[in-house]
Formats: sequence, C-alpha cells, structure tokens
Amino acid sequence: MALLTFDTRHKPRQAYISMAALLLLMLVFPFVASQFGNSWVRIIDIALLYIMLALGLNIVVGFAGLLDLGYIAFFAVGAYLVGLFSSPQFAALLESLIYYSPAIGEALVAFFGPEIAQDGIHLSLWAIVPLAALCAALCGALLGAPTLKLRGDYLAIVTLGFGEIIRIFMNNLNDPINFTNGPQGINMIDPIRVFGVSLAGEPGSGANVMIGDYAMPSVNAYYFLFLAMVIATIFITGRLQHSRLGRAWVAIREDEIAAKAMGINTRNVKLLAFAMGASFGGVAGAMFGAFQGFVSPESFSLTESIAVLAMVVLGGIGHIPGVVLGGVLLAALPEVLRHVVDPLQQAVFGKVIIEAEVLRQLLYGLALVLIMLVRPAGLWPSPNKEERPNAALARDEEEASTA
Amino acid sequence: MMSTQTMSEQVLLNIAGVNKRFGGLQALTDVGIRIMQGQIYGLIGPNGAGKTTFFNVITGLYQPDSGTFELAGKPYSPSAPHDVAKAGIARTFQNIRLFGEMSALENVMVGRHVRTKQGVLGAILRHKAAREEEAAIRQRAQELLDFVGIGKFANRTAKFLSYGDQRRLEIARALATDPQLLALDEPAAGMNATEKLALRELLVKIKAEGRTVLLIEHDVKLMMGLCDRITVLEYGKQIAEGLPAEIQKNQAVIDAYLGGAH
Amino acid sequence: METFIQQLLNGLVLGSMYALVALGYTMVYGVLNLINFAHGDVLMIGAMLGLTILQLLEAYIPGLPGYVQLALAILGAIPLTMLVSILIERVAYRRLRNAPRLAPLITAIGISILLQTFAMMIWGRSPIPFPQLLSPEPIMIGGAMITQTQVLLLVLAAVAMGALVLLVERTRMGRAMRAVAENPRVAGLMGVDANRVIVATFAIGAALAAVAGVMWGANYASITFTMGVLPGLKAFCAAVLGGIGNIYGAMLGGLLLGIIEALGAGYIGDLTGGFLGSHYQDIFAFVVLILVLTLRPSGIMGERVADRA
Repeated sequence: MALLTFDTRHKPRQAYISMAALLLLMLVFPFVASQFGNSWVRIIDIALLYIMLALGLNIVVGFAGLLDLGYIAFFAVGAYLVGLFSSPQFAALLESLIYYSPAIGEALVAFFGPEIAQDGIHLSLWAIVPLAALCAALCGALLGAPTLKLRGDYLAIVTLGFGEIIRIFMNNLNDPINFTNGPQGINMIDPIRVFGVSLAGEPGSGANVMIGDYAMPSVNAYYFLFLAMVIATIFITGRLQHSRLGRAWVAIREDEIAAKAMGINTRNVKLLAFAMGASFGGVAGAMFGAFQGFVSPESFSLTESIAVLAMVVLGGIGHIPGVVLGGVLLAALPEVLRHVVDPLQQAVFGKVIIEAEVLRQLLYGLALVLIMLVRPAGLWPSPNKEERPNAALARDEEEASTA
Repeated sequence: MMSTQTMSEQVLLNIAGVNKRFGGLQALTDVGIRIMQGQIYGLIGPNGAGKTTFFNVITGLYQPDSGTFELAGKPYSPSAPHDVAKAGIARTFQNIRLFGEMSALENVMVGRHVRTKQGVLGAILRHKAAREEEAAIRQRAQELLDFVGIGKFANRTAKFLSYGDQRRLEIARALATDPQLLALDEPAAGMNATEKLALRELLVKIKAEGRTVLLIEHDVKLMMGLCDRITVLEYGKQIAEGLPAEIQKNQAVIDAYLGGAH
Repeated sequence: METFIQQLLNGLVLGSMYALVALGYTMVYGVLNLINFAHGDVLMIGAMLGLTILQLLEAYIPGLPGYVQLALAILGAIPLTMLVSILIERVAYRRLRNAPRLAPLITAIGISILLQTFAMMIWGRSPIPFPQLLSPEPIMIGGAMITQTQVLLLVLAAVAMGALVLLVERTRMGRAMRAVAENPRVAGLMGVDANRVIVATFAIGAALAAVAGVMWGANYASITFTMGVLPGLKAFCAAVLGGIGNIYGAMLGGLLLGIIEALGAGYIGDLTGGFLGSHYQDIFAFVVLILVLTLRPSGIMGERVADRA
C-alpha cells in the first residue's frame, strides 16, 4: 500500500492524489459495470451500506475500544423506522390498534386522518434520515448505559444480548399491535426520492431514472447516493478521530483509569461513542430499507453483527481506510466469488463442491481467526503503528538525549 | 507545628482523618496532610505502608471510609477521578500508565482535555473557535514536552519511548491539566543515578514555576534533598511529620526502616 | 398447578443441559479468563457426531436396543468432541494467552463461525431428524408429563456433574485445576503444568457438552448446524448468574436459568396481559445476564469483588 496513502498530515500531496484517483475510479465504475448487467452495481450498493456500518462500528470498537456485538440492532432501528414511516405499515398498525383497544385506536385514527389510516405515513428521505440518526443514537446511548462499568468480554456479551433482544422484539412485535409485521417483515417501502426524482425510477420506466434525456438504471442512481453517504461518513468519522473527542476515545481504549485521572468523564464519552456509532448504523438502515423496498428480521441477526465486526477487524481496527478495505473485501468479495466460483467449479469438477454461501461463512471465520493470530492490527493498520525502532537506533537516540 | 507563615504561603491541600479499610485490612488509619502552596511535600514509608492507597483515595480512585478534603480552601469530593482532575489535582502512576498507541504529543494533548471544551460539533465542523482551541492544545502540549526535555520525541509512539522518557511524558501529561497540585507516585522508580539527577532538576524546575508537588518515593536521599516537608507512613498510620532533618533523626522512622526496603 | 409442575419439569430438563454447557464456560473462564464463545458450537458438534454414530450403528449393527444405541452414541461422541475442543485451544487460544483483551474473544467468535461452517459442509444445511430411540410414551408425575429421554437426560446430567465434583475435589488433576484457576504463576512454581491443566479443562468441558448435545438431539428430535449458538450464549448467561469461575455456581445457574425460561415462557402471556407471548422466551437469559451484571456482578455464588483499583 506504499503508493496509496490518505495521510493528509504527513504526506499531503500523495494523499490528495490518492483520494482523487480513487474518487475518479468510484465515479466511473457504475458506467463500466452496467455493461455487464445490473448485478455488479447492486452488489456494490449493498457493500457501500455495509461500509457505512463498518465505519460506524469503528467508532465504538476501533476508537473507543468497546466491543459491541449487537451493533446490527441500530441498523434494524433505522430500517424499521423507514418501514413504519415510509410505507403502508402505519395503516396496519392503526388497524391492529383498533382491534386491541378501540378507544385508543379510534382516537388515533381521528388524529391522523383517513388518508394515513388508509395508506400509512410516507415521510420523505430528508425527514427520515435525521429521524433515523436520532433514534439510533438514543438507542445507542440506552444500550450502552448498562455496560459502562463492564469489562471487555462482559460488555461484548451484554451488547450481544441487547442485539438479540431487539431482534426478537422485531420478530414478534406484530401481535396484538402490529408495529413490525413480525417474521414477514414490512413490504412496499417507498424508494428514496431526491429532489422529486424517485431513485427506483417511475413505474413503467423499467427501473430507470430519468435525468433530463439521460436514463440511468436505478441501481446506479442509488450507487451515487450511497457513495455520497459513505464519503460523508468517512469525512465525519475522520474529523471525529482527529479531535479532542477522538483523543478522549482512544485514551479510554488505551487506559481507562489514566483517562479518568486526566479529567475525562469516561461515562459521558463512552455514551457518546455508542450514540455516534449507532447513528451511522441507523442512517444506513434507513437507506437499506428504502433500497430493498422491504425489511425483515432475518437481515438483523447476530451473524450480521459479527459480519460487520469482521470487516472492522480484518481491515484495520481504528484505521478508517483499513475499515473501508475490510468492508469492500467482506461485503463485495463473497458476492463476486459466487459469480465466479460456481461456474468455475462447474467447469473444473462438473459440480459445485463448495457453495457460495459456505464460502462466505468460511471467509468470515477465517478472516477473524487468521487476522487475530497473524496480524492483529488488521490488513491495513495506521501507518505509524508499525514503527519499530530497531535496537541500534534506539541506543543512539538514548545516547544523544542524555549527552 | 507549622513554622512561621509568610504572607505568600497558603494552605493548598488540607486533608484530615482519612480511613480506608479493605475487607479485613485497615489500609489507612486517620491519615492527614497539609501542604502549603509552592512546597514539595514528600510521602515516604516502607512497602505496603499505604502511600499509594492514600494517593488513590485523594485522587478519587478509591472511596474513603472517612476524611475531609480541601483544595485551596475549598472542599472537594474525591468521588470521581475526573472531578478531582477538574478541581486541580493531577497525578502520575507507580506503574506508568500512558496511552501507549498515541504519540507523545497526543498523550499530553489528552491532558488538556479537562481545560478545554470542544465536543462533537466542534470536531465535525472545525469552525474557528474549534480550530483555535485545537491549535492552542497542540502548542501547549509541545511546550510541555520541551519543558520536561522530550520535545523531539513529540511524534514518537509512546510505547516506544525509553523508560525514563515515559516517566517524563507522564509528568508532562499531568502538567497539561494545569493542576494546582501535582501528585507523583514513585517517579524515580527504576531509574539510575543519572536519571534521578535529571528528575530532581525537573522537579526543581517545576517548583520554580510555582507549582506544588506531592511526592511518593523510596529513594530517601532524593527525598531529603528535595522535599520541604515529609510525612512518614507505616502500616497505614502516620508515624512522623516534619522537616527532612527532623525525620532523619526520628527514632520511630529509623525503626520502621530498619531491615526494611532502602 | 399442573402447568406449574409441567413448566418446572421442563425447566429442570432444559436447565440440566444449560448446566452441562455452563460448566464448560465457567471452567475455561476460571483458568484462562476467556469466554470460549465457540463452546456452544462444541455442543452442536457433539450432537452431530452422536447422530453420525447412530447412523453408522443403524447401517452396520441394526436392531440394537435404544438404550444401548444412545449409550454408544454418547460414548463415541465424547472423545471426538474432546479432540475438537483440544485442537481449538492448541491452534487458536494458546497463542493469544498474552494478547490484548479483545483478541481472544474475537478469535473465539471466528472459531465459532468456522465450526458452524464445517458442520454445514459435512452435515448439510437443513435440520436433520434425530432418531427416537427410547419409548416416546410419557411418564406422569403429578399431572405433568416427562419422557424417558428426559429422565435419562436428568440422570446423565446428575451423574456427569457428580463425577466432575469428585474430580475437582478429590483428584490431583482437580486440585491442579483449582490451583491454576486461583493463581497460575504460583501453581506453576508448585510444579503444576498449566498447559496440561488447561488442556484437561477444555477436554472436560467438551465431554460435558457432548453429553448435552446428544441428549439435546434425542430430546428435540432434530439437530442443525446452528443449534449451538443460542444455547451456548444462554449457558454463558447461566454461568454468570451462578458466579463465573465457580463450578457449583454453573450448575445452580444452569438449572435456575432453565426454570426461569420455562416458567417465564409459560406465564409471560398472563403477566403482560397478552402483549408478550411465549415467543419472547429467548430474551429471559439476556435479561437475567444484564440484571446480574448490573446488580450483582459476582453472581449467586461468586465472591464479592472488593473495591480494588
């Protein structure tokens, strides 16, 4: 990775050239990939959302050193929020409420009006995103609060427990009042509308978005939106990292007692880590719901939490470019492999020995184990971490300093 | 009792009646000290006498069973370490506690946390006030690194510093909190004679700036030459308090150390 | 009242399995301060191996009585499961003994995934039916039903736990385990080979998990490669409830958690006015965990952790 660097402080020219080159690549990609059909761009769309998740989790795990195994819960919060407020689901909720408690139900129907009772609430993207961020941040603080005094392992299991609790609630909160529509999930979620243009394309356009005379496949339109969000996330988390707050997070990670002794209110700072990390998860979840058009509890299991953790760990805990790399590798690679490996096995062996699903699991498991054993700082750790002054150099400096 | 007080001498730290019990062990019994502004005050005693325990109590790491705590005339509550730092007591640790993965400069910058205030918005927006505060933090941190003598290691990752430099870094970091009282827990531990001399010079420099220092140390010679007053602890009790010359001749102190650690 | 006794019995059965697995967690935590995240999957491996043995028996020595088949399945599954667990310790955990806190836990998560993946590859992705070897006719106790399989489960669990207690209290290895759990370095100075003790700890935990796994399969008549994850986590919660590092705590915690879950599932509908149903059963373990860690982190039988910085 010698040519590619993002170290704006120490190597500004190289860093900015790297970033420009990468940006160009990312902008051109969908146009090239579209030649081969929509699936490649769709894969990267999902990968971009996962990268956003990984960057959010990086705040909690990477910066502050808090092992959160229930992170996907915030993804779920954002997704179900958009499910509830950008689809017909709210109407179903009111309906079930009428069954359960006619008095309250009727009152709410009167309050919201017949249109909503019929079609549900359909908030726009610009309302949903801040709402998702805020809700998720609140949940983050709530989930983090009981863990503040816990040590690493226990904190991990408790956060895992919270994640599971949320998943179980999402799976079952359909009776008697239908919040989440249970295991079936919520359908017919509105696509994202940017300046009046629906990113799913108008009905009948073959999932193409019209910009003037130019037609762009819907997945491409989403690609640019998600790319912009990921860039914003990188920007924000980068700024957070190199700030007073970022230093406080790392201080807590390195030595919590010393951090306290230096005047850091570790309780508040940890809660902030949870909240900020969660908010990115929530926004990504909202995007996810709108992109897919439906949400179901399956997408928010422990496996997913672990997958996001694997991206952070594999790429480089705490190092933003590394986390992006980890996200790309673990989110996109399995899908790419599926397209490549199955036909390959067919050609060579005549049948598929290792299915893509198995390959995906194998990859995640090996990533976690091998990285921890062989290269615990990740594939692409922070540049100055590997600095190991050899003994001779150290001796020279010692002599120079005491002379 | 107290020698003649000049007009410029005020009581900085006034602690009395500290008791601390751990299960069956009475670690501290009715311990108290009174430190005047600008003094270097020493705390000595054999191993296990309760010196670090006392430190931990006054800086909020342990909760005392009883005691009164006053800093610069105002009572402070040693219930949470970060409140203590805010009130104006900064400490170093017996077993150096640095932020290993951060650079030396960043370690000291963390010390400025308690005197600065930019939060999430400042971090993300980097508006003028935030940028100015950040620059001020950075500058002050570099000044402090220069002050303790490791200015050229500003960008070295802390865990790669030599032992002596790490100790100095810890002191710089504590100074960054702009403390009224600097509490050092065995800063000379593991040092050779040359390093101890350098440390002594640093402490004299710190005192010359007008800071007050509370010092735990085992090196009796170092203490005698440096401290203005000394308290001696043994088995959690104060057995002597006074000028270094008095302490050296105190029979109880000599008995405590007979056969004990150097 | 009948419901109550029924739920109580269900709880004991469930709790026995939790106890067996919780012991594995607590023992490893006692000697290594590590949460062996993969231990639940060791239960699954035990079940799968047991099933394979049963299938082999069916193929080559058909017609054996149910009890014998089950016994052979368990006896066969135990050594192989022990091997798997020992291998994991040797390959993954041993190297990370002195690594920073998060590394062993993350590795354990990775091992858990790998175990599931290998099981997926070997035994397939769909649930596999576990043969009904004992008579399914229920035995009535005070208006509640219990099957022969469940009775056997309770007996086996009691025997296994009794054997463990004997091992820990009366044998040299047991003393060594207790010594290493208290203070590995001093134990080493006294001539205890910490590595051997650790290997033994993993092996014993695996053996108990194998028993639990095979009986789980026999009880629920179906096993799948993901069956170990949730029970494993719950068993850990049980270990914490009882007092992590304490063997008696793990047994108590396991039984208690099983009963809490069964009673909770049975009565939660009544308690919440129909708002929450028995589908919420799985959250009890986690709620218990959070409550314990918040209110009394040392658990029921753990020592009070003194206020030492």
